Amino acid sequence: MSIDLLANLAYILAAALFIFGLKMLGSPATAKRGNLLSSTAMFIAVVSGLISAEVVSYEFIIGGMIVGATVGALAARLVAMTSMPEMVALFNGSGGASSLLVGWATLYLGTSETSTFTAATIVLAILIGGLTFTGSLIAYGKLSERINSAAVVFPLQRFLNAGLLLGIVACAVLFCLEPSATSPYLYALLGLALVLGVMAVIPIGGADMPVVISLLNSYSGIAACAAGFAVGNNILIVAGALVGASGIILTNIMCKAMNRSLTNVLFSGFGAVKSAKAVEGEVKPVSVEDAYYILEAASNVCFVPGYGMAVAQAQHVVKELGKILEANGCEVSYAIHPVAGRMPGHMNVLLAEADVPYEQLVEMDDINPRIENVDVAIVIGANDVVNPSAREDSDSPIYGMPIINVDQARTVFVLKRSMASGFSGVDNPLFFGENTRMLFGDAKESISGVIGEFG
Amino acid sequence: MEIVFLTFILVLSVFLGFELISKVPATLHTPLMSGANAISGITLAGAFLAAGTTSNEMASWLGGAAVAFATVNVVGGYLVTDRMLSMFKSKRSAQS
Repeated sequence: MSIDLLANLAYILAAALFIFGLKMLGSPATAKRGNLLSSTAMFIAVVSGLISAEVVSYEFIIGGMIVGATVGALAARLVAMTSMPEMVALFNGSGGASSLLVGWATLYLGTSETSTFTAATIVLAILIGGLTFTGSLIAYGKLSERINSAAVVFPLQRFLNAGLLLGIVACAVLFCLEPSATSPYLYALLGLALVLGVMAVIPIGGADMPVVISLLNSYSGIAACAAGFAVGNNILIVAGALVGASGIILTNIMCKAMNRSLTNVLFSGFGAVKSAKAVEGEVKPVSVEDAYYILEAASNVCFVPGYGMAVAQAQHVVKELGKILEANGCEVSYAIHPVAGRMPGHMNVLLAEADVPYEQLVEMDDINPRIENVDVAIVIGANDVVNPSAREDSDSPIYGMPIINVDQARTVFVLKRSMASGFSGVDNPLFFGENTRMLFGDAKESISGVIGEFG
Repeated sequence: MEIVFLTFILVLSVFLGFELISKVPATLHTPLMSGANAISGITLAGAFLAAGTTSNEMASWLGGAAVAFATVNVVGGYLVTDRMLSMFKSKRSAQS
């Protein structure tokens, strides 16, 4: 039996394990085992890849693996749960970079002429890989607020982007006509791909990051797929396609949760314009002590967390308050909007970190029909996802986005640092509502204060 | 024929991917994303081809860098996913 056949049989096993692993990641009870299964599949695939690659020199492989494993392991261990979105973005970017490099390196390996088809797949690996790499870096910058997280739009942006795309198509065609490692069009493509990633992500505002992250995740899979075509490796194609498809589904879920099309998210420069009517009214502040009296009497409390909870690191005190309320005979739930936070499921991870059992986390569609029975809805650092303008004001940029209707609860507490508008720059009439009480100050301190009153 | 064969695999995998993921609850979106992200580090298996050669120095360097990047993706992705999933508890296990 040849080594090649053996490797391909191992790939089949790995593919099956990847599929089972992903399947098990779909249920909370089996997810951990699913991840383990998937990593076993990765191990099998990597080992058989190593055996079949006719490796003659191990220096670069061992060196690369030591560097990569150290960086990856340290990053994964040290990252705080609140910075998870930017960490995922960085890992994603490194996957993209790897696909780009594999595509590029393939050009130096061909003993005979590179066929047009192989050249085309190399171009795709370089383009999508490069786009994923710099796109993820920009997403990382925006998520960690190292660069301005607002949408960046400038005059002639569309013309510039159209020119960029035309340039890429032209270079791609010219390269495929005469593929070689020394082709000037190759270097042009490498540069343009990296620029494309930057240009694709800068016009997208921070609040749309869940969409961008899932889309980039999908790209990294497609890039791996393209690299698989370039080197003719089945497992790269299968695994890459699985990741690509899953990323697209998540992207779709995120877009639906904002009632916007993908093109709208990617190209509109959302958040750069303010057109909605200004909201006027009086806010009614509440003291920690009064908040305590209301909560003490409540029999149904629902927490609605948003990105502000992550910033204030308030998940642990939130859970503590929830526990106290439960001991007080109150029904406690946590309502999570699909796009709350900066990545899909961001709030769920933070609350899980604070030991909130996942049965208490409810989705938007489950809480809205019974929101009228909620005595107190506590909004912690969420803004756009509870903004009634999305329902009522057709001029609002977020009009049509499904929201958690906290304004229909009996009482709403809004924990807020100050009266600034949310990430999208849209005013929120919820703050001026009849049944809304504002609890100003740092979310963590406010909640600790309430807990102190219970004490 | 090789092209047709590879495309065949691609098409089936895409459909399978859609089927697998479409019913995942929101709670697991982050682990699912980072778990899938780790899988995209599979390029590692392709990177060995370039990194293990002695015929061309440029290919070795590019391949070596590809190995490093892909390993970051794989190792970091799986560890971080595992760390997240370890935190998810059901009501029963949270009390015990």
